[in-house]
Amino acid sequence: MTTIIVYILLALCVGLSLLKSREKTKKAFIVGARALWKMAPGLLAIVGVVGLILGILPPETISRLVGEEAGLMATATAAVLGAVTLIPALISFPLAGSLLRAGATVTTIAVFITTLVMVGFVTAPLEIKALGKKFTLLRNGMSFIAALIIAAVMGVILT
Amino acid sequence: MIIIKKFKAPLLMAAVFILLWFWLPDIAARSTDVALDYLKEMVLVIPPVFVLMGLLEIWVPKEKITQLIGSGSGIKGIFFSFLMGTLPTGPLYIAFPLAGSLLAKGARISNIVIFLGAWAAIKIPQLVAEMEFLGLPFTILRFVLTLTAVIIIGQIMEKVIKPTDLTQITND
Repeated sequence: MTTIIVYILLALCVGLSLLKSREKTKKAFIVGARALWKMAPGLLAIVGVVGLILGILPPETISRLVGEEAGLMATATAAVLGAVTLIPALISFPLAGSLLRAGATVTTIAVFITTLVMVGFVTAPLEIKALGKKFTLLRNGMSFIAALIIAAVMGVILT
Repeated sequence: MIIIKKFKAPLLMAAVFILLWFWLPDIAARSTDVALDYLKEMVLVIPPVFVLMGLLEIWVPKEKITQLIGSGSGIKGIFFSFLMGTLPTGPLYIAFPLAGSLLAKGARISNIVIFLGAWAAIKIPQLVAEMEFLGLPFTILRFVLTLTAVIIIGQIMEKVIKPTDLTQITND
């Protein structure tokens, strides 16, 4: 679904660009290709890292690590797991839902979801390439702290 | 030689996978499955995103970006950054090059942080799945808190980061 939207958007933009100037469209493709070439090693490495992490830590293992006890330790584990892993949303939400029913606290689930989407340990090298080291460290570091605060607040309000 | 050096990270990953197949074939099989799935998704989504980035680079003048989400764009800039981020487009790592070229074109750092935050955490299809599995109160509360956090983080980062701290992806 997402992919279809991206391609429709692309077709519209390329069509419009071609209508206005063939020369500039060619230039745009060159700019895009050059940036892609620059990012390619990082992107390929991510494929491998994601495979390894989910191979070693399949969803069942994650739920065992996070779901069994509902203490501070579980929350800390969830925060770190969320930051290091890269799980597509379509898998992570059902996983979080089943953890919640299995007895994990709202705080634990909230911290897992929030670090999962906002902190990217695996993608940090790519982020550094595109936006710089300082930007990447600050964004991820502060997002991690924010995730802990968000989760604590949600735990207080929702339980 | 230069190519080998450029691709040393993926080559290293490939070596790890080969070793793993000898050592722990169970994990290797699962990892390879996941990696192949992921690769398929990437091959589909990534080329169009880079073409869009190229088009943005060539067609959209710097003044336009500065006016929309640059310094002095205020609430409107926050709104636009948020809106661009929530478009259903795919994983966060493909937003980095886009964010890089928007920054180079004069976007405010705080707005780029909002753009990335919205892209990562507040996607519309994602919110639907979240509501289904975690309930409406959870979803709304996380949405509001995350948006607040992202705006605050953006403000702080804009104070701390100098333009020279940023890399530019489009020129080597």
